[in-house]
Amino acid sequence: MKQAEKPFQFVDAFYLVVVGLQSAHTLREFARELNEVSPYCIFCHTYHALATHHYTSYSSDFAQWVMAGCNEGELAEQLGAIDVRQFVELKDLRAALVREVDEYLTAYPTAADRPAFEPFYFAETREVVQPVDRRAFNLVELAEGMREMSLHSLHYHFVNSRLRLHLRTNDFSNWIENELGFPELALQIKRVDFYTNTLPEVRAEILDCITPWIGR
Amino acid sequence: MSAQPIPAQSSVPPLNDYASIVGKPQIDELWMLAGALANCSAKMVNSTAVGGGVAEILNRVVPLFKEVGLAMQWDVITGGEAFFSVTKAFHNALHGMAYEDRPEWFDVFLATNEENRRRMKFDEDFVVIHDPQPLPLVAAREGKQNHWVWRCHIDLSRPNERVWNFLQPFVEKYDGTLVSSTAFTHPLSIPQFLIAPTIDPLADKNRDLEPEYVQSVLDRFGIDRKRPIITQVSRFDRLKDPLGVIQAYKLVKRYRDCQLVLAGGGATDDPEGSVVFAEVQEAAKGDNDIFLLNLPPWSYLEINALQRASTIVVQKSLREGFGLTVTEALWKRRPVVASGVGGILRQVLHKVTGMLVHSVEGCAYQIRYLLSNPSFAKRLGEAGHDHVKENFLITHTLRNYLVLFLLLKRGVNPS
Repeated sequence: MKQAEKPFQFVDAFYLVVVGLQSAHTLREFARELNEVSPYCIFCHTYHALATHHYTSYSSDFAQWVMAGCNEGELAEQLGAIDVRQFVELKDLRAALVREVDEYLTAYPTAADRPAFEPFYFAETREVVQPVDRRAFNLVELAEGMREMSLHSLHYHFVNSRLRLHLRTNDFSNWIENELGFPELALQIKRVDFYTNTLPEVRAEILDCITPWIGR
Repeated sequence: MSAQPIPAQSSVPPLNDYASIVGKPQIDELWMLAGALANCSAKMVNSTAVGGGVAEILNRVVPLFKEVGLAMQWDVITGGEAFFSVTKAFHNALHGMAYEDRPEWFDVFLATNEENRRRMKFDEDFVVIHDPQPLPLVAAREGKQNHWVWRCHIDLSRPNERVWNFLQPFVEKYDGTLVSSTAFTHPLSIPQFLIAPTIDPLADKNRDLEPEYVQSVLDRFGIDRKRPIITQVSRFDRLKDPLGVIQAYKLVKRYRDCQLVLAGGGATDDPEGSVVFAEVQEAAKGDNDIFLLNLPPWSYLEINALQRASTIVVQKSLREGFGLTVTEALWKRRPVVASGVGGILRQVLHKVTGMLVHSVEGCAYQIRYLLSNPSFAKRLGEAGHDHVKENFLITHTLRNYLVLFLLLKRGVNPS
């Protein structure tokens, strides 16, 4: 079995949400605040929200509010379709969000000042990262660690990793490609859809990808 | 006067027992987090040891904190009848209800807190003060390097300005506040963390029960299992709108045969309970299908059985910081009809984990709808159970506090 020289280091990440920041009562206010809130706020309502939305129509808090609070289905779908996997910098993600809202309000100016059913409350995340006493040198150890990791840890390694690595990949794929030399497996894992699956399902799918490669 | 004694707690199982519900990885991370807080101490302070959601949560979570190695203390402030009448008035006012402005109340409030401050010690690394009653105890932090947090369980979305303006300067002396909903926040100079209250799935109130036991509880109260049972479990408190529940039940009864159970009790910090119970008795007079159960605070198994036996669980609160009884019902896969207020909006996702209502008529209609559509009601119950499992179990409380303490220790600014 192929052994890596540099092991995969598991970490656990925890988040608390800080609220009581700005709020928006109309799309115009929303557009203005979207430009001004901190990057941690953009992270909270997009990346962090991905770990929590299983029952709502959209995985982004922004899209969810535009639908439920403003009843603007087209804009909600456009915001919901912005895929965080395409971004490695929060400033670029913010720019994409702002562009969608601005273009929509240009096309439908009457939507700008219509009062929302409920305000949008901007929030931020605070992160605590703790290294875990577990490392993997091969795929068996990686799979074992993955089975035993918490969902927060999975979210950290698989979703948030893009912002850390500044690459359009995740920690697992990055390590498998660079340390084990299995680019095909890395790509398979990269394609696992964290938008349409819950985190336990994501974990199961990644493990399904890894299993046939064990022993190579 | 000594601090109020904490009653003997029903035993809390070892933390690892919760792995069968939330999974071993989630439990492992709690041990790991607690390891990062080795040798730290903390204190919880509230105003009642028995009755109400706060005491219930602390009863269950404090032993778990101790088990993972945190030196955790729970203290309850003491006060006379006058103090608790004032704090009840403040409680109602903060929920946005009517408030009679009596300046001497502020003096009573401050004097009792000062007595408690002198008697109590606050040498722990982290001090968590629950709700407004003990809020001014923060004066004790002067000259200390420890961290103080105010946990507000109240719906602060529309507080009475006079009371809030009086309390806010005390709030600002803390390192942060914990709120149950984004709508409860106010412009403050300190961080406001969003943390939901939780239930203990292994507590007597929520653990699985033998069907024979459930039946025996119904038999004891004379409730007929063969006919639909609509239940609201809550303290007899105007904010829980028990009279509104009776009105809704009467509207339902025009169309469907059913029984109504209003089960609750009192809390030592709530002097209004007996008055409200008398009003409810009057409203229910003459209807043998209404069961008013004024239960003692240790009736956990009975409440559990009543919730499990219910066809529909109602929570028709007028204001609600967070409805623990809603979470309990969702956990038991019961279809829930609840007011779309306060923290309930996080618990009941309309038509997904339950039905949200805004009036007596709406409440009655949704009860009728669920009685007519049992398969839909069942789907709501299943989704509700999953929603609670993901977000509102005691292991989440443990994790959130441990993360909070670590953040406070390391600095709460964005990393």
